[in-house]
Amino acid sequence: MTEPVITRGPAADAGEGEGANAVEIHKLWTVFRSPGHEQVVHRDLDLTIRRGEVLSLVGGSGTGKTVLLRQILGLEKPTRGDVSVFGTPPAALSAAGAAKVGMLFQRGALFSAFNVLDNIAFALRELKVLPDSLIRDAAMVRLQMVGLKPEHAWKMPSELSGGMIKRVALARALIMDAPLLLLDEPTAGLDPEGADEFCDLLRGLHRELGLTVVMVTHDLDTLFDLSTRIAVLADQKVIVTGTPDEVIAYRHPFIEQYFQGGRGQRAALALHAPAHAPHGTDPTGR
Amino acid sequence: MTQPVPAQAPSSQALSGTAAQRTGAPRLEAGTAPDAQGNWARAGGRWTALAFSSGSDWRALVAMLSANAPRDDLGWDLRDIAQLDHIGAQVLWNHWQHRWPAQLALDASQQAVLDQVAQYSVPVAPVPAPGLLDHVRRFAGQGRHLVETSRRFTQLIGQLVLDLGKLLAAPHRGPWRDLSGALYNTGATAMAITALVGLLIGVVLAYLTSQQLRQYGAETFIVNILGLSLVRELGPVLAAVLIAGRSGSAITAQIGVMRVTEELDAMRVMGIPHGFRLVMPRVLALAIAMPLISIWTSAAALLGGMLAARLALDISPAYFLQALPRAVPISNVVLALSKSAVFGILIALIACYHGMRVLPNTESLGRRTTSSVVISITVVILVDALFAVLFKGVGFR
Repeated sequence: MTEPVITRGPAADAGEGEGANAVEIHKLWTVFRSPGHEQVVHRDLDLTIRRGEVLSLVGGSGTGKTVLLRQILGLEKPTRGDVSVFGTPPAALSAAGAAKVGMLFQRGALFSAFNVLDNIAFALRELKVLPDSLIRDAAMVRLQMVGLKPEHAWKMPSELSGGMIKRVALARALIMDAPLLLLDEPTAGLDPEGADEFCDLLRGLHRELGLTVVMVTHDLDTLFDLSTRIAVLADQKVIVTGTPDEVIAYRHPFIEQYFQGGRGQRAALALHAPAHAPHGTDPTGR
Repeated sequence: MTQPVPAQAPSSQALSGTAAQRTGAPRLEAGTAPDAQGNWARAGGRWTALAFSSGSDWRALVAMLSANAPRDDLGWDLRDIAQLDHIGAQVLWNHWQHRWPAQLALDASQQAVLDQVAQYSVPVAPVPAPGLLDHVRRFAGQGRHLVETSRRFTQLIGQLVLDLGKLLAAPHRGPWRDLSGALYNTGATAMAITALVGLLIGVVLAYLTSQQLRQYGAETFIVNILGLSLVRELGPVLAAVLIAGRSGSAITAQIGVMRVTEELDAMRVMGIPHGFRLVMPRVLALAIAMPLISIWTSAAALLGGMLAARLALDISPAYFLQALPRAVPISNVVLALSKSAVFGILIALIACYHGMRVLPNTESLGRRTTSSVVISITVVILVDALFAVLFKGVGFR
C-alpha cells in the first residue's frame, strides 16, 4: 500500500493527568483476615509503572498478583498504603469507567445475557452519546482485530470456546482505547498460535496507541515476547523490577527456579537471546 | 479498496495550530491553504472515545462533519489531531462512507489506526424483524415444547423411583449426609418465618369471623371454623407456598449455578448420578419436612386464633383446646399431613427440574428460578383443589 504519510506528527502524548507514571504503589500492605488467622499477602510493596511500558507481574501461586491488579482497578482496598493511577486514587477511576482502564479478567467475565457484539459495545453504549450504527461498526472492527469472524458477533458467551471468550474479553477491554490495559493471564487457555497472534496484536496496539499494559502471566513465551519490564513478586513484595535481562540476572531462589528451569531456559533461548547466552547458566539447573 | 492518493498537502507549518488548539474538543474546519490547490478539511483536537463522551462536543462535531460532506475535491488533513483512537477513526471512516478520500494528510500512527478500521469495517446485516409467520411458528413450537417438558418431567419422576429403589436395596450407600443437610436447610431454618406468618393469619382469621359469629350469637363455633380451615386447608397451603418461595427458589438457584459452573458435568464424569445425589435427597427432605412444617404452621395459626378468640369473643383457651378435638376429627390431620408430603415432593421436583434446565447464562438462571417458584405455587393450589374434591367426604362430622 502506498504510504500517504507526509509528516510524522508529534508523538501522541498520553495526555490524561500529570506525571510520567501510570501507576504508583507505595508501601502497600494486603492482609487477609479470617477469624483466628491472618495472612499477609503484601508487605511494604512498592511498584511504579511508567507510561507506555509493558510490565509483567511474575510470581508463584498465591503471591497476590491478581489481588494487586484488583487494587489498581479499585475493586479491592489495600489494608494499608497508597495506590494511585494517573495521579488519582483508583476509586476516582470508576467514574471515568472504561475510558481510562481496560481489564481482561482471567475467566473473561463476559456478560452472559448479551451476545458477543453487545458485550464488546457495552461501554460505548453506556456513554449514551454515540449513534448506534457507529457503535456497532466500532465493535465489529474490534471483534475482527482480535481475530474473530463477523459471524461470531451474534453468538452468546455460553456458545464460545475458551480461546474465543479470551478474545471477546480482550476486544471488550480495548473498545475505548483506554490508556491503561490490565491483563490477567491473557494467553492462558489459548493455543500456541493464538497466543502468538495475541502477542502480535498487543504489540501493534502498544505501538500505535502508546498503551500502558500491566500483565499477569505464567506464559514465559509471552513474558519475553512482550514485556519491556518485569516485576517479580516474592517474599510479599516486589523483589526486583527491570528488563528481562536484569531480572534473569538477579540472584534469588525464586527467580532461579522460575527462569532457569527447563521451560524458562527454552523460552529465553528461543525468543530472547539468539545473540547472547542466558545469564547465570546454572549447571545444577539441568 | 481505493488506494489513498499521496496527497499534495499544504505545508505543515501553515496548518498546524498553536499548542492550545492541539488539545481539547474534537473539531473540524474547512479552509483552503495558500500553497495547495483545492479545499481542505482540517481536523483537530482529540478524536477519542473519551472526548466524544461529552454530549455537547459530540453534537458540535456532528454539525461540523455534516458541513464537510465527503466530496471528490475535498482533501482531509488530520495532522492537527492530538490523539486519534479507533473510535475517532471509525467516525472518520464512516463519514467518508467507507472510502479513502482523494487527498489525505496524516501521520504514521493515524495511518495505522485508520488502516485497521478500514480493513475490518464490514457492513453489518441488520437482524430481520420477526414477521407474522415467525409468530405463528413460535406459537406452534409451544406445543412441541410442552410435550418435551412433560416427557422430561416424567423422566425425572421415573428416575426418582429408580433411585428410591436403589436406596432401599442398599441403604448404607445412600446420600444421608445430603439428606440431613437438605432437611436442616428446608425444614429447621424455615420454622421461624412459618410460625410468624401462621400466627398472624390465625389472629386475622379469628377477628374477621368473630364479627360475623357474634351477630348470630354463635361465638363457640369459632373453634369449628378455625380448627377445620386452619388444620385442613390454610396450614398446609400456607406452609407450602412459603416453602416453595423459600426452598424451591434456593434449590433451583443452587442446581442452576452448579450447571453454569460445570459442577454437574464434573459430578457426572466422576460417575456420581445427579438423580441419586441431588434430586432424591432434596425430594426426600421436603417430603419429610413439609408435613412437619405444615403441622407447625397450623399450630401457630391455632395459637393466634385462640388468643384472638380470647380477646374478641371471651372464649377461654381451656374451652378452645377442649372443643378442638370434637370439632376437628383426627382424619383431618392425617389428610393435611399426606397432602403436605405431596406438596413437598412436587415443590422439590419442580425446583430440581428447573435447576437442571438452566442454561449457562444469568438471564436463564433468573427466569428458571422465577418459573420454579411460580409453577410450584400454582401446582400446590391445583393439587390442593384436587384433594378437596377427592376427599370431600372425609373428616367432617
